[in-house]
Amino acid sequence: MALDSKIPRGPIADKWKNHKSSINLVSPANKRLIDVIVVGTGLAGASASATLAELGYNVKTFCFQDSPRRAHSIAAQGGINAAKNYQGDGDSTYRLFYDTIKGGDYRSREANVHRLAEVSTNIIDQCVAQGVPFARDYGGLLDNRSFGGVLVSRTFYAKGQTGQQLLLGAYSAMNRQIGRGKIKMYNRHEMMELVVVDGKARGIIARNLVSGKLERHSAHAVVVASGGYGNVFFLSTNAMGSNVSAAWKIHKKGAHFANPCFTQIHPTCIPVSGDHQSKLTLMSESLRNDGRIWVPKKLEDVKAIREGKLKPTALSEDDRDYYLERRYPAFGNLVPRDVASRAAKERCDEGFGVNKTGEAVYLDFAAAIDRYGKEQAHIKGLDENNAAIVKKLGQEVIRAKYGNLFQMYEKIVDQNPYETPMMIYPAVHYTMGGVWVDYNLMTTIPGCYAIGEANFSDHGANRLGASALMQGLADGYFVLPYTIGDYLSDDIRTGTIDTNLPEFEKAEASVKAQMKAFVNNKGTHTVDYYHRKLGKIMWDKCGMSRNTKGLEEAISDIKILRQDFYKNVKVPGTTSEFNTELAKASRVADFLELGELFAKDALERNESCGGHFREESQTPEGEAMRDDENFTFVSAWGYNGEPSKAKLQKEQLDYEEIEVKTRSYK
Amino acid sequence: MTLIASSIGRKLIMALSGLFLIVFLTQHFAINITSVFSEGLFNEISHFMGNNPLVQFVFQPILILGVMLHFTMGFVLELKNRKSREVRYNSYKGALNAAWVSRNMILSGIVVLLFLGLHLYDFWIPEMDYKYVEVLPLDPDRYFDELVHKFKNPVRVGIYVLSFIFLALHLYHGFASSFQSVGLNNKYSKVIKSITVVFSVSVPIGFVVIALFHHLTAF
Amino acid sequence: MNLTLKIWRQANADSKGKTETYKISEVSPDMSFLEMMDMLNEELIEKGIDPVAFDHDCREGICGMCSMFINGEAHGPDRLVTTCQLHMRKFNDGDTITIEPFRAKAFPVIKDLTVDRSSFDRIQQAGGFVSVNTSGNTQDANAIPIEKSNADKAFDAAACIGCGACVATCKNASAMLFVSAKVSQYALLPQGKVEATDRVTNMVNQMDEEGFGNCTNTGACEVECPKGISLENIARMNREYLYASLKG
Repeated sequence: MALDSKIPRGPIADKWKNHKSSINLVSPANKRLIDVIVVGTGLAGASASATLAELGYNVKTFCFQDSPRRAHSIAAQGGINAAKNYQGDGDSTYRLFYDTIKGGDYRSREANVHRLAEVSTNIIDQCVAQGVPFARDYGGLLDNRSFGGVLVSRTFYAKGQTGQQLLLGAYSAMNRQIGRGKIKMYNRHEMMELVVVDGKARGIIARNLVSGKLERHSAHAVVVASGGYGNVFFLSTNAMGSNVSAAWKIHKKGAHFANPCFTQIHPTCIPVSGDHQSKLTLMSESLRNDGRIWVPKKLEDVKAIREGKLKPTALSEDDRDYYLERRYPAFGNLVPRDVASRAAKERCDEGFGVNKTGEAVYLDFAAAIDRYGKEQAHIKGLDENNAAIVKKLGQEVIRAKYGNLFQMYEKIVDQNPYETPMMIYPAVHYTMGGVWVDYNLMTTIPGCYAIGEANFSDHGANRLGASALMQGLADGYFVLPYTIGDYLSDDIRTGTIDTNLPEFEKAEASVKAQMKAFVNNKGTHTVDYYHRKLGKIMWDKCGMSRNTKGLEEAISDIKILRQDFYKNVKVPGTTSEFNTELAKASRVADFLELGELFAKDALERNESCGGHFREESQTPEGEAMRDDENFTFVSAWGYNGEPSKAKLQKEQLDYEEIEVKTRSYK
Repeated sequence: MTLIASSIGRKLIMALSGLFLIVFLTQHFAINITSVFSEGLFNEISHFMGNNPLVQFVFQPILILGVMLHFTMGFVLELKNRKSREVRYNSYKGALNAAWVSRNMILSGIVVLLFLGLHLYDFWIPEMDYKYVEVLPLDPDRYFDELVHKFKNPVRVGIYVLSFIFLALHLYHGFASSFQSVGLNNKYSKVIKSITVVFSVSVPIGFVVIALFHHLTAF
Repeated sequence: MNLTLKIWRQANADSKGKTETYKISEVSPDMSFLEMMDMLNEELIEKGIDPVAFDHDCREGICGMCSMFINGEAHGPDRLVTTCQLHMRKFNDGDTITIEPFRAKAFPVIKDLTVDRSSFDRIQQAGGFVSVNTSGNTQDANAIPIEKSNADKAFDAAACIGCGACVATCKNASAMLFVSAKVSQYALLPQGKVEATDRVTNMVNQMDEEGFGNCTNTGACEVECPKGISLENIARMNREYLYASLKG
């Protein structure tokens, strides 16, 4: 069966408008008869749950955390994009659309991205109406800042906690519906399996993580909003609980998985400090508005710094290599994430890394502190040449803008970033790949939808900063609630789905068997042991730079590791209690399968694009080189028994509106 | 009705009754301090307070009500608060994040309440007995002597001094805290805090001075 | 570093629970507290002992899921951090560390150091929102300018992560700081003012129903709050509540 992306006809600017007016609707009276399951309560899941409930559907929402407010969208720092053009700097829907397509290195679907840019402005209106406290200027209007890969200021923010504020907004909208009884919320519940009846998604098997009991939940549609799978790398900026399981379960039941190898390595994270490390911490991209990235020019300075004999602040300007400004004069420190990450790796591979492990570069605020300090001194009529006054005033400005990030850095690294430059290094952050969906956000299983980071559609091979929040809320507030009606309009006479159907029984039995197998397996190694090993394979061979040999090794290494996992993993306790190790085991089992498909996809895509860098495909200067002739498509993998047997289906990408060009930020 | 049943409403009652008692305390102090420098003035005021129908039959019942409300609510809240954490911590370092006085209002409150009992036994009950039970003749000059008489006993003076220390501790938290409870926390809070320190230290010291003065000067 | 850990172990909500003592060695000062707990759990699993259950997720101090009472303080000895951001460099070699769950009647223990904080969710469900539908037809975001100082104060209140440290640390297990943070956020914004009366009434009623204690203004919550939420919010809520009660 060929993939049908169901992109509406007509000019790009009218597609969404026309589509909304032509799709089927469900009457308010009939919505009461329809149940929808939403898995995940991040921006996408929470906003979708709230909106579906407002529309009148009966919503059941699941999250594995103790409260929907904990979902990892909460950790997003920098901001959310919207083509409001409040700054009057030439922004428009088209420019946001164009920047996103270009930023994604021409591997995303035009129609979806244009829709995203269109609804972006609604999101800001909506969030303000909900009481989200965005940053404002002294005139009381909304403030903006700039993010990587764009030449306008279109990012709305709430200090370094934008994700938190947006999520709490969506959570509050959900709470209102929970209070009204329109959403039934299941905290500390994990989706274990999708139930498909007559080819349609009709429910899930969920595990109550407190009691360990398996529960059957039926619905007329299932929405997976379970986020990305960056934790396949073990070390990432994702939360400890973030997992691929919901997405992977639906994949195994028939949903195609698209572009699994498209992973975003974020350039500004706190470097790894040792083997004990359990996760990595992001330092928002917004810091690159004011921070300058550099390494020493001379290797002897690097050596002295590593040995602690030389302080970075003592190095003269001439001895510093501001390599992003040198290589990309037009965008400078604000090049897109993939470009910035690779450039950092390139310098560190050449031996210029500034910490003990050799994997860190500087992010320096001294120039910004000086600039802001002078500005403030001028405004306040103080001496602009008094270094102490300038520094103090400048630090105050920086504190107001990034205070919480600086505090976080200081707590983790035990160094004061106001006085000495931060050390940063790239880390896995976001996955552009995900479950394949059509224009309606439906997967290849009828009635099963994927939204937010869990799907693949909007960011191509690289996501621009502050666009993840935009996509999550766009999908949940403004897209899915419309498009799902088109499908559900056929279900108004179906009635409640019976959870005693044999399909439910079978699904529950298979989950039960897997849980039993884990606790009865008298193995020797902990779940984390395997997760760390998997992470190391992924980082070494499917990380920032990939090649045929490494990817082939990764495929076989992961397969061997997976077999070992099932034979030798040790899961303490029983299935009928609060058992965190058991929950972890079933998640890592899925990562061990996904990892293999990831490597297979990376091997198949023999070109460099966005975050996917194949050493075989680069320009003489070491820049990524796309192969548009052979790879302008979405790789959609169909499950076929095991990851190695996955079948590739290609969705060709047609660029009608935007001319495909070599991406340049020089 | 909901106001009285709710936690915030009850706090409000604590705060308002507390502030009312502070006002009472202030006037009580103002009267007593006169005994240090003018026997006549003290007797005059005392006689007025003891025989003015407005004071006796309006203010006095309100005061009694205020006191009862304050300590009854204090106990009610304390019981509720204790029930809010049924299993206690093995290690709880309250001193690291809150002042001793704020954490031990119930203790200082109980001491003050016990003192109040003693104080009523010393002065108020004999006074009631004199006026309303035995209905003895009016004597505008008896108050000072009665006062001095009471402070002859060093044990009583010791108890009074100790009680005033606890009163100081109670006021030290309670005064400023009342403003927070009624919803005032703004740029003036620092001023309130300063007034609290001055008031909670000076008034109890003043009472101590009065007690000691009469103890030392009596013969 | 070598440490002795005294950890509260409780199999489930119905069992009694007691303190167990464990020794741990080779702890690096650069580890976070939770990484030290991970290390302990790895060792326990290898020895065939049930690992210690504790809540955690983002490990960057924002999700509010981690919740330990360490050496007599919520989130341990450091200030303005959650347990996941507490680093072992704050302890000394040879220390004995007491680790207990957040304790309150409204936070029943689920297992070991994991507690049920759904009472917080229910308070939010009672009124912690602005009743606006997500139709996309709201007015333009810049239609109502908001005074910067109010917007900033609303943000500061909204920074609450709902971890429950305020409750855990309060000698009365009061949830006033948490509830007041939400009430304040909306009270300070024009969008939230419309339903201010109902909101504060309903949220406070729910708070009381959940069995939290009363605020006695000790200020411990503000000190221990990982996000530095101010006591001013409690005063604001008292004001809002009083006003709402009088308005009826």
